[in-house]
Order: sequence, then structure tokens, then C-alpha cells
Amino acid sequence: MVRMQSLVWASFVMGFAVIDAPAALPRRMAAAVEKLRAVGPEGQGHAAAQTAWTDVSKAKASHIPDLLVAMDGANDYALNWLRSAVETVVQRETAAGAKLPAKALESLLRDTRHHPRARRLAFELIRRIDAPKAEALLPGFLQDPGPELRRDAVAQLMATAAGQANGAKAMAVTTYRQALGHAREADQIEDIAKRLQDLGDKVDLAKTFGWVSKWQLIGPFDNTGEAGFAKVYPPEERLEWSAELPGKSGPVKWFPYETRSEYGLVDFNQAISSLKGAVGYAVAEFWSDSARTAQVRLGCKNGWKIWVNGALVFGRDEYHRSAEIDQYRMPVSLQAGKNVILVKCAQNEQTQDWAKEWEFQLRITDEQGTPIVSTR
Amino acid sequence: MKSLPRLSLVVAFAAATLAHRLAAGDWTQFRGPNGDGVSAETGVPVRLEPSSITWSIGLPGRGLSSPLIIGDKVLVTASSGARQDRLHVLCFRLSDGAPLWERQFWATGRTMTHEKIGAATPTPASDGKAIYAIFSSNDCVALDLDGRLLWFRGLGRDYPNASNSLGMSSSLVVVDGVVVAMVENDSESFTAGLDARTGLNRWKLDRPKKANWTSPVVLRSPGQPNRVLLQSSAGVTAVDPSTGKVAWEFSEGASTVPSLVVSAGRVVVPANGITVLEPEVGAAKPKSVWRSAQLRPGTASPVVVGDRLLTLNDGGILTCASLQDGKRLWQLRLKGSFSATPVVAGGHLYCVSEDGRVQVVDPSKPEGAVVSELPLGQTVIGTPSLAAGSLFVRSDAKLVRLGGSGLR
Repeated sequence: MVRMQSLVWASFVMGFAVIDAPAALPRRMAAAVEKLRAVGPEGQGHAAAQTAWTDVSKAKASHIPDLLVAMDGANDYALNWLRSAVETVVQRETAAGAKLPAKALESLLRDTRHHPRARRLAFELIRRIDAPKAEALLPGFLQDPGPELRRDAVAQLMATAAGQANGAKAMAVTTYRQALGHAREADQIEDIAKRLQDLGDKVDLAKTFGWVSKWQLIGPFDNTGEAGFAKVYPPEERLEWSAELPGKSGPVKWFPYETRSEYGLVDFNQAISSLKGAVGYAVAEFWSDSARTAQVRLGCKNGWKIWVNGALVFGRDEYHRSAEIDQYRMPVSLQAGKNVILVKCAQNEQTQDWAKEWEFQLRITDEQGTPIVSTR
Repeated sequence: MKSLPRLSLVVAFAAATLAHRLAAGDWTQFRGPNGDGVSAETGVPVRLEPSSITWSIGLPGRGLSSPLIIGDKVLVTASSGARQDRLHVLCFRLSDGAPLWERQFWATGRTMTHEKIGAATPTPASDGKAIYAIFSSNDCVALDLDGRLLWFRGLGRDYPNASNSLGMSSSLVVVDGVVVAMVENDSESFTAGLDARTGLNRWKLDRPKKANWTSPVVLRSPGQPNRVLLQSSAGVTAVDPSTGKVAWEFSEGASTVPSLVVSAGRVVVPANGITVLEPEVGAAKPKSVWRSAQLRPGTASPVVVGDRLLTLNDGGILTCASLQDGKRLWQLRLKGSFSATPVVAGGHLYCVSEDGRVQVVDPSKPEGAVVSELPLGQTVIGTPSLAAGSLFVRSDAKLVRLGGSGLR
């Protein structure tokens, strides 16, 4: 029996060491897991996944960590197929009196190489087993790559600061500042900034968010009938800073614009004029120390398109539905040195009070939302 | 060997079918089994008082979707998380509200909505074998009634520009083995028919590029194939649910918020006020029976009770008109503002205001009359459901059962 347990433990540990492969699962179940990981867009792989899910959902509680490991490298569809299998296992096994594998879950949680969602699910299961223990783990997640774990850790720190605010203001400021340094979600950043302001400590929000603030603008070009959204105007073909181009109502030229708005708003109404049925372009140079992946995070309630280094990243022809910080998060690759960001911002012809804005805000961050600032 | 996966799927579905056959009183979709808000249930309390509350249970996060009641189960969706990207499908026991199971999913599409609504605004649908749920992120999931996953589709991930920054609210219908999902918006706008067994696209129709918060409605006519009615800013399109082929169209425009209702073969459309259509077999356009610009529903969809058409505007004005010709019969001011569509049982309307006040209206009275009211102390935006002699009302935080003996 001892020898068998050692063998099981060894294979379990080995399963953890090999991040991608759920090696400790029975072979049939491991094969079924791979079918879940293989689901793709537009229902690809569904037929095989449906049968496979039934197999995976019969796993034992002891297999849960392996199912979570199987989330490493899985696409967003597969994550959900796996998650529902894990929940089904948890429901059945706990109803039957089985114990969830707390130690293995904690081990997985502490290993940041695993998928943030797998780690978050592990945390939630630990919280189910031992809520105080889960709470005690939170401070360790202030710099976590998993956004939900980090958010909860920041929220815990904010609660600590709130408790200090009445009797120990200086300590509260220090604690709030610490929370601010770790916060990545806009609502937490804004909340902390307000509380610090109430304590007499002003936060430079523009710097905290890391907006791209220096641009070259040109416009207006025509967007009557929203046709300008699809039309390729010269800035989309080449950038000639000294060129005079035919605009909506006469020739237009590039001019420098710097936003000092707390929220990094590039406001065409202010920079050009409050027009309807118009397109404006904005270009920024963004210097990176190294070639790397990043995110372009945009907030905009006008029609828009974004290019990075000449490649179209995304575009959306929705007008005046709403805007918020980090509304759109788009993965990009930055090259070492200079990168060129081109934004097309299209205003339509709506006349309602709430359809006036012709503006956007943009920042570059890593995957966790940490601002990346241009080195020049 | 290739047929084995399909065989096991067939067996699974057959087993699920045996588990529950839809009962007449089940509430299986937005506005009930016929999509008209009318229940054949008897015994739903008319004189509401605090003791009418059979149970009240907590819900996570936020949600506006209507609860479904299938057999002895109450199913509801919710969304949670700082970005509303946790999507929940919850199941409770009808008799006492005890939790039976919960499944969560991570949103793959955009979850941004207007602050008044959330990611769990569309109401799910059920064919008695499974619950099919969609969220504002256009994530669509099918679970059997014991919470076992049948399939998951990330329509927002598949079609990245199919979204609405104010949120999407079109509920699902399931008919003839097809789940119909309206994903209509300003940009990548479409309606899809998903195979109920596999979740794969049976068909996908390009639709008008205009935000649309209405829901599809099934038109069932004796001796005729079923049709699904898709309302949009352009009007109404009737499609074959199996193929997506267009059967007829009304192209004079329609509202994008309150949804049409079918009554006795006629289609009552919030279009230019209210326009009543009568589809004709084989005709490419329906006949227009009457139109009234005076009848203007707000967010709540119109309701038909017998030969009376009722519309409710956002300010609480309930208007009753003749279904035959649209002639206005009376107006009644209710208390509060309204987003929820009224539902009907025993000839009474159950209207729930945004401040959570349930007002029971007898529309047969000469000027209409509120016969009772009960404040629930919750903000209620979503439409209630009726089943098992009970009214089910949900807010973000609570699901409340009013009436019923607990058992079914």
C-alpha cells in the first residue's frame, strides 16, 4: 500500500511539474481532456467534446488539480468546458462527502505559471474549504498576474486603509498609496484616488493611468452618412507631416496636440471644431525598450479604427452607445524602438445632447493592465 | 466506430427527455410558453400581501433575466465580478427555493452594459430537456436540467464586432430543435439558428446594422410550419427556424425595445405606435389590419388579454385598447416607473415597477383597476414569470416566489 501511494504521489508531482500535460489523470480521462481543450471557434470540436465532457465530469475530487492544470494554454472556449466539468465534479464529490484536495489546490494557486483562471478557481475552492485561510492568502497576490486575485488583494488593502482613515490618517495615506501602486482596475484606481483626495493627498490620475498624451492630429474629413468610416483617406496610406490634404470643407494639415485631461481625452471638438459627419486622425509615436507583446486599451464612443505600425488592429462602427476606460483591449506586438499608433475617430450626424463627443482615450499596457510608458 | 459519439449523444438526450416532459404550466422562455406573457395558471394570488411571499432567496451579482420554471425547478441567470464577466446559471427547488446546482462561465465576449442592466439581461429558453442561456457578452450555453454541460458557444469571441456597448438583451427561443439567438447591433449584426443538440450554426442571417433589444417570438399557426418572428428597426422578418429562410417581411420599421406579441394568429407590433399584422399563407408580406399612433408602449412589451390590448409606458401609464381596431378604452396611472413587461394570469395583469412594487390590475373593470399592490423593496427591471400558481419576481439580489402552496 505504501509503495502504491508513493507511486501515485510521484506521478501526481510529476503531473504538476509538467505544466501542460494532466499526467496524473487516467489515460482515458486525459484523452477526454484533450478533446475539451480542442474546442474552437464556431463550435469546432463540439461533437467530440460532448462525449469527452461526460467522461471528464466523472473525475474524482483528487483529479481536480489536474483538471485545473489542463486549463494551461487552453483557449477561452475550452476554459469554459473544463470549468463546468470541474464544477460538476465538485458538486457530486462534495455531496458524497469527499474532501477537496486542499493542499494540492494551494500548491497550484501559489504557482503563477498556471493559467490565472485555473488559479482563481483553485482559490475559490480553497475559500469554500477554509474561508479564513483564503483571506489570509490575499496579501500575497498584490502583484499577481491574475487580475481577480490581484483585485481582491487590493480590495483587502483598501479596507485596511479605510479602517485607518479615522484615527491614523498618515498611515491610511501610506496604505492607500500602496494599494494604488498595485491596483490595475480603473474603478479601484478612481476609488483610491478619491479617498486619498479626501485625506488631502492628490493623485496624478493621468500619470497613474499612463495615457498616451502627445499626438499629431488632422481633420476633418467627410463622414456624411457614416460613409467615411470605410473610406480610405490619405493618412491611412501614408503619413506626410507637411502635406496639405483635401478635407471635408477645405484643405487640412497635421498639427500637434497634447491632452492634459486626467483621462487622456483626445478631443477633436476642442482641437478642430464641433462638427458632425466628420473623421479625424491622430498619430502618436510610442517608443519601446524592446520587442514585446502589449495591449492597446481604448475608450471611445465614436466609430474608430486603430493601426499599429501600419497594421490594422481593429475597428468598430458603433456610435454613441457608451464609453469607458479600457473599453476595448487589443493585443499588439510592439517592436523595439519606434512604434506608430494611428487612430481614426469618426463622428456621425446624430444631434442628441448625448451624441456630442468626438474623442478617444488610449493607453498601452501589459496583459495585467500595468501602464507601459513611451521611453521618449 | 464513428457513430458511437453520436449514439451516446442520442442516448443522453433520450434519457433527458424521459426525465421531464414540458407541462402546460411550465414557464419556458421570456413571456412564457407562448411568448405572450399569458399563463393558464390558476390560483395565482390576486390580493397580494406580505404573507403572499412563499420564499425569497439570494442571487449573486446582477441580473434582469426572467426565471424559468420547469417541473420542480426554477432556473435563472446572473452575472457577477467587477466586469460582470462571471456568468451564472442557477437552479433552485421550486417548493422551497433550496439551491440545487450552479454553473459559472467566464465571458468570452464584451460585458460592458448600461448601468441599468447587466450581462444577464436576456432570458434563457427551455425545451424541457435543457436550458439554453445567452448573456450580453453573446456567450451561449446549453445545460441539461441537472446542470450537465451540453455545449458552450462564445458568439462574442466568434464574431468580435457583434456587441453593443449599452448591452444586449435579446432573449432566446428554442423551436423545432433550433435555438434562435438575435445578436443584432450597430456593427456585426446577425441572427443565428444554433442546433439545440450540438450548438453548431444551422444558419446565420445578416440583419440590419442597428442596435436591437427586442426578442424573437415563435409564431405557431394550425396546419402551418412554425415561424420565428425577428423584429428590428427595419420591421419584422418571419423565418423558418430550421433553415433561416425568410417566409415574409414587414418592412415599414418597428421599435427596437418593446417586443411584438402574437395573439390569435395576429402579430401586434410596436411599430409606428402599434401596427397589427395578419400573415397570409404564401404571401411575402402580411396584411396590415390596423395601426394606432396613440398606443405607444415604453420599454415593456405589449400584452393581450382576451380582446384587449394593453401597453405600458415607462412613466406608468397603462393603456387599454380594443384588439379589433385599436380604439382606446381607458388609461390608468400606475405607481412608479416601469421596465418590466406585465404578465397575465386569471385575467389579471401583474405589473412590477422599477421600485419593486407589484401592482395587480383587473383590466376587465370599466377604467381598469388596481386590486392590490405589494412593495418588495427591491429594484426590479426584469419581467416576472408565472407558474405553479405563483408569480416569480427577481431583482439583482433576490428571487421571490409569491403565492403557490410550495408543492406542485
